[in-house]
Amino acid sequence: MTALTALARAIAVREERAQPLTTVRHVHIGARPLVFVPLALAGEANAPLAALVGDDRAAPHLLVVPQPRNRAQRFAFAAELGHLVLDYLRSFTHFREDVPINRGREVRQRFSDAPQLIVPNPAGVAFTRLLGRSTRLRRTDGPYAVDPVVPLLGRWLTFLAERAEHPGSSLMVAMTRALSMHWATGQSSTEDANLAALLGWIAPPEGRSPVEAAADAEDADLWPPAGPATDPTFDNEILSPAIARHERDPRHFDGLRKVLNSQLEPTWHLMWRGIDVLGGLSPGASVAERWADDRDSFTNYVTYLAGDNPLPQARRDSATAAARRLSTMERAQNVYDVQRAMDDPLVMAEYRLGGEAFAGTVTYAAPDRIDASSGRRKLRPQILVHTDDPLRLTPGATVSDRSRPKQKAVIVRVSTLDSGGYEVQLELSGGMGNSLVAPPGSVPAVGERLTYSALDAAFRQPDRFPANEETPWTHGGPPQQYVPTNDDAVEDWS
Amino acid sequence: MQNAPVTSTEAHLDRLRGDVAPVNHNARTIAALTGNPGCRRRAVLDAAGVDKKAMSVHIGHPVPFGQSTFAITRGNAFEAQVKANGCAELLTMLRERLGLDIAEVAYNDLEEAGGNGSREVRHALARRMIDGAAAGVEGAGTLFDHPLLGLPIGGRTVYLEPDLIAFQVGAQFHIIEIKSFPVIDGQADGGKVAAAAVQSAVYVLALRRLFEELGHDPQRVSHNVILVCPENFSNRPVATLLDVRRQLTVLKRQLSRLRRVDELLATLDPGLTFDLGVRDGTATRPAGEVVAALGEVEARYSPDCLDMCELSYFCRAEARGTTHALGRTVREELGGIEFVDTALRLAEGRLAPTVELAETAHALRTALRMRTECLS
Repeated sequence: MTALTALARAIAVREERAQPLTTVRHVHIGARPLVFVPLALAGEANAPLAALVGDDRAAPHLLVVPQPRNRAQRFAFAAELGHLVLDYLRSFTHFREDVPINRGREVRQRFSDAPQLIVPNPAGVAFTRLLGRSTRLRRTDGPYAVDPVVPLLGRWLTFLAERAEHPGSSLMVAMTRALSMHWATGQSSTEDANLAALLGWIAPPEGRSPVEAAADAEDADLWPPAGPATDPTFDNEILSPAIARHERDPRHFDGLRKVLNSQLEPTWHLMWRGIDVLGGLSPGASVAERWADDRDSFTNYVTYLAGDNPLPQARRDSATAAARRLSTMERAQNVYDVQRAMDDPLVMAEYRLGGEAFAGTVTYAAPDRIDASSGRRKLRPQILVHTDDPLRLTPGATVSDRSRPKQKAVIVRVSTLDSGGYEVQLELSGGMGNSLVAPPGSVPAVGERLTYSALDAAFRQPDRFPANEETPWTHGGPPQQYVPTNDDAVEDWS
Repeated sequence: MQNAPVTSTEAHLDRLRGDVAPVNHNARTIAALTGNPGCRRRAVLDAAGVDKKAMSVHIGHPVPFGQSTFAITRGNAFEAQVKANGCAELLTMLRERLGLDIAEVAYNDLEEAGGNGSREVRHALARRMIDGAAAGVEGAGTLFDHPLLGLPIGGRTVYLEPDLIAFQVGAQFHIIEIKSFPVIDGQADGGKVAAAAVQSAVYVLALRRLFEELGHDPQRVSHNVILVCPENFSNRPVATLLDVRRQLTVLKRQLSRLRRVDELLATLDPGLTFDLGVRDGTATRPAGEVVAALGEVEARYSPDCLDMCELSYFCRAEARGTTHALGRTVREELGGIEFVDTALRLAEGRLAPTVELAETAHALRTALRMRTECLS
């Protein structure tokens, strides 16, 4: 929460309508995402109850576990889901593109598109992660053998749920998170967790105002919870009798399906409405770059699974793997933060408000200034920028403007103006060629508006970690290589 | 049942509640008291034992709190499984997993109390058994199933009906809390563990109090409670030690506030009552009167209330237009200004700020200027 988002919420209260928090979209929205709305049975450890899944808004697949406490039926559900998900994933493995690497000397390939799994909320991501955990270690032979698609589904769900934690990745998206990143509502973040309420503020159903739509959303009869948790009243008054009826007489299966569909269908429509409103925003400049990372990640995992004896993800990361993962995520977070700010003046405004960036107008420019103090003559133009922003950067700080990414500006002096605001004196280097005369346009001209920030998305060398077999004793020593055991494969799922 | 009030505070609380029995607290409602300690309305209503749920329905703001029958069934089945055969499975696990040295076990089911299940009888029995165990009487027991403990809340003894076992290892007593949420690969849902920790802390507090009353050292009740949950996706129990010292501190502070409820009561109109005028199970007092009475005691609404207080929908409606309704962080970012409209008018420069608000107003104007500039 920042001052700008708080202000946007305040405006939303007064305008009685959601207010934009960004000028562009920062998540990738695929042309054919797979929407997955799961329901779990209350009280159980991630027991699937039902789900709507599909990449066609007009034709969702309804999956149902008629007796959610029955182990065989759970695996049947996992297999059915597995076939649907795997078919969808495979449909992205037909087309590849060349990617030049090693300064263009070599070429590698990646898939030209990638799958995208969209669930209603972070709890949907957690459900997916645990469903992956409970299926990926299963065996397809011996006692308790399962359909070969089950462990494969488990690996993919685990992969996707892990990507959901990766900053800037769009392979798996939680709808409420994506929406509240782009809009501020006139309610609290607690209430924003309700997909129907959140979307009600942003794009209310026809004939309802945003405030009315948000109030409707709290009526579980009108808008059942978006899962995976179900409404307790529904459980007690409708679902429990329906399960019991079906247990007495399997001919009641359609009735049970209908009952569960009634809880899922409203969310299904909300999900596609959410996809539409997000798709209606124009993407930020670096969304495609991050999606390319996602496609790399997808390509790599397809390649890994096609290799010799691919192992499922371990129950827990080893020390080195965990440290490496954390470091990767930290670097991704930094790049993601900087890219969003560069793509979006409204995100950059947060940094300006915090004093880490400033926007202003050039009031004076000496483009041909030469610095001869160190013996060698160097081109070091200087400019003065007038800003009204609450500046906190001090002399010596290095900043840059996105229109001239190769040009560094060092703050020489900051003076407070009587008329309010600051005058910042900057010395420029880089991005002006090798001669002692700056090419036209390479130095900002008087009257030009610029946004200088200390943000830096430059490539950072990955942190170095010891190989697994060199894990120091302080971190438990070299870990045993993870090999799924029989115990894992036959683990209770009760 | 109810004893006649003996103090003026109790008489006052009875008057506030009206002609109905006070609502029973349990570990969960006591735990909820720690949620929003600054709310005077809640402190008064809870101290008086007002039925907030009935009240919220009557004034047209019912909050849909409910528990799924599936969750209840699973919880009961798991508890029964853990306790089956004199807690055999539990003991094996405690010995193996936590390395506890439990030589022999005497298991006491204190739920029935020889067929007489009244709360006073059960509490007296639990007192006697635990006293014996604490004093080291031979064969006094190791495990106590469903000991009924007492804790004074707002001047009244609340009986806690826990699904717990007080458990003795060496000279230390531990509370065992059985929960049916899973621990998967060593991790459990953080929110659920936190809730279990506060509830267990209520039991620790009650047991320590009992020790004190009986003249034993209350520190013999460990601040480490033993949380028993199903492991991974199975029904197999797994035990974890949970340190609840922090929860104990919060709880004690909040309970002492309730003890000082007379200071709060002194500020109220002596004629004030929240009586719903229930006749034959129906509330007859006009809802407008009840709302007016609620208005006499200030609430401190925050969106966190939505998860734990039966009156939260009413208080939220009342807080509409204030920055409280948007959550603590938004309110802080808006400089703690009470009303959304005030914050906006300061941001737009349509309201001259007071001296204290000058800095906030400046920050708001800058933020609005940037926002407008970026969106134009």
